[in-house]
Amino acid sequence: MNHQNHPELAEAFNKDFERTTWHDETLWFVRQKRDKAVYPIPEFQDLRTLASEIKDHTLSNLDNYLIEFEQNAIKNGVKVHWAADAAEHNQIVMEIIKSSSKVEGRNPRLVKSKSMLTEECHLNGFLENNNIDVVDTDLGERIVQFRNEPPSHIVLPAIHLKKEDVGETFHVHLGTTKGEKDPQILTEAARQHLRGKFVAADVALTGVNFAIAETGSFVVCTNEGNADLGVNLAKVHIACMGIEKIIPKLHHLSVYTRLLARSATGQPITTYTSHFTKPAEGKEMHIVIVDNGRTQQLGRADFRASLKCIRCGACMNTCPVYRRSGGHSYDFTVPGPIGAILSPNIDLHKHKSLPFASTLCGSCSDVCPVKIDIHVQLYKWRQIVGQANELTAAKKWGMKGMAKVLSMPKVYDLSGKLARGALRILPHGLTHNQSMNPWAKARELPDAPKQSFKEWYEENRQ
Amino acid sequence: MKVALFIPCYVDQFYPNVGIATLQLLEKLGVEVVFPMKQTCCGQPMANGGCEQDSKVVYEHFVGTFSEFDYIVTPSGSCTYHIKKHYDIIEQTPAVQKVRKSVYELVDFIENVVKIEEIPVDFPHKVGLHLSCHGQRGLRQANASEITGVRDGQISKLLRKLKGIELTELNRNDECCGFGGMFCVTEEAVSARMGQDRIVDHLCNGTKVLTGGDVSCLMHLEGIVKRQNAPIKVMHIAEILNGNQP
Repeated sequence: MNHQNHPELAEAFNKDFERTTWHDETLWFVRQKRDKAVYPIPEFQDLRTLASEIKDHTLSNLDNYLIEFEQNAIKNGVKVHWAADAAEHNQIVMEIIKSSSKVEGRNPRLVKSKSMLTEECHLNGFLENNNIDVVDTDLGERIVQFRNEPPSHIVLPAIHLKKEDVGETFHVHLGTTKGEKDPQILTEAARQHLRGKFVAADVALTGVNFAIAETGSFVVCTNEGNADLGVNLAKVHIACMGIEKIIPKLHHLSVYTRLLARSATGQPITTYTSHFTKPAEGKEMHIVIVDNGRTQQLGRADFRASLKCIRCGACMNTCPVYRRSGGHSYDFTVPGPIGAILSPNIDLHKHKSLPFASTLCGSCSDVCPVKIDIHVQLYKWRQIVGQANELTAAKKWGMKGMAKVLSMPKVYDLSGKLARGALRILPHGLTHNQSMNPWAKARELPDAPKQSFKEWYEENRQ
Repeated sequence: MKVALFIPCYVDQFYPNVGIATLQLLEKLGVEVVFPMKQTCCGQPMANGGCEQDSKVVYEHFVGTFSEFDYIVTPSGSCTYHIKKHYDIIEQTPAVQKVRKSVYELVDFIENVVKIEEIPVDFPHKVGLHLSCHGQRGLRQANASEITGVRDGQISKLLRKLKGIELTELNRNDECCGFGGMFCVTEEAVSARMGQDRIVDHLCNGTKVLTGGDVSCLMHLEGIVKRQNAPIKVMHIAEILNGNQP
């Protein structure tokens, strides 16, 4: 399939100057909220270190902790399923839904709270093709589901949309008045619409933020309470988790709950932090544990730390590139800096432009609550892209040529002199030709001086 | 103490005045400086572009040029960071280890090796400091806003000692300018937009002279300033500390 790379999609995004300003400022506002929540906690940096170390330990012993989790979950009366990839995951979920909701004359009905894993597995489309009605119940997710778009952010799925856009979408799908953009009215419309879906659901699906090996229980964090409402009303609860969601002990959880919401939205804690341990009387609870490329990433020494991610989205909010290119420009389920180090593991060819969609400023690594060295991994993925022969021939040979020149002082001196001479002689219109010189679209070139520093030094100091 | 001056390739070619100011400043501070004539580049451009294997010859050349010195001083946080951080892919001979340890960004060298207390310079201007990411987050020369709300760092400390100076309080103290090496052309749209937004922040808050520790960021920002005819003069920190006036 043909796809556009990040620079093309980012350029298209930037065509609307005002909207880019708005997008940047909206996400920066979230970053500032995060700062306000983080600065007053004196031990915040220690918490980051602790969270990082617990995850390092867990990843090094992941096989044991997964088995411990499974055994304890089974003891609790939960059914545990293992999926090697997205296809297996989707199949398992579909079978659970179909076997547990045999209602004559209509499709089975599923309500979902937010789960980036099911986005990654493209579950919704698969279930709909198999005659299951799927309703995303997180407000932002529901908005993008109506619009048939993927989320543009892992915590704020509809952050690319203005209230006017939501008003138009709700006018089409929920029958709100045309032109209505009052957030309270729109939210109320969604609320009434979703109530009906909650009450009518056969099965509720949730993601998993943390799975505790010691207890076999898991924790789901939301702000809207939609996970709880769905799970408590439906007869069957399916929880889908990647293998990296494990933490060893219950007392480790507080380290992460203190970090997660502060890093994500600047809240001290999510409105709902719900613990699920066993099915209620007469109900079913399933956990689907998914690999889908994670063990492969775990096997990459330079990149395994990316699996420590707790999906707070802080690296997106802080990233000056993400803020000015939007989540969809990454064309991967998880956008932004963390997506740019996860995606090449899945498909290096398709996502080869993502490790380069960064200035390597390092803000992502400093904001990350589990201290993933994101910008270092971006640099390392670039080398892998280069070695996999995925660079354009012009770039590849250009780099080789440049390296040669820079290893030979005389050639370097002469090339510099010639280039400066040419820049001084050639007309501005040519040196600043925008189709040949992307630099010149928005910038002037520096003036080319007659003498390099080296020439000056030779003349004045030797 | 044998001190070598390293003038990065693009500074050598396009900003010789920054090299001259760096040399003169070090001389004024009583540092005896040698400029090895066979120097070229640290090798960062190719490496950031995904071709660090190609850069190995440049790394070897750099080490061969500079390994005899006790200190290598350069007016660039970015090159310093690259040498310290990324010269790990060549064999770690004593010479390589020595070079990686001896390389200093100019302001870091002035504050922590020369240990000067005063800079006798009048600079009665409103100065906006652009923190280059590799100096700030890479070398930890300034606090990062992700970690603390306290805005402080080596360059601002030194600038505050100049007579008559006023420092700009920015809305976003440490947002990247968008240069990013090859990024400035491969991701032209985002790169330009990031630079434009930095300039707006400086203009809104009254910057008359824009400075920083890395010419690469400043070259990008100056390109935007010139295109927009913005009333800002761009100077490298070495030029200001050397007593040059805008």
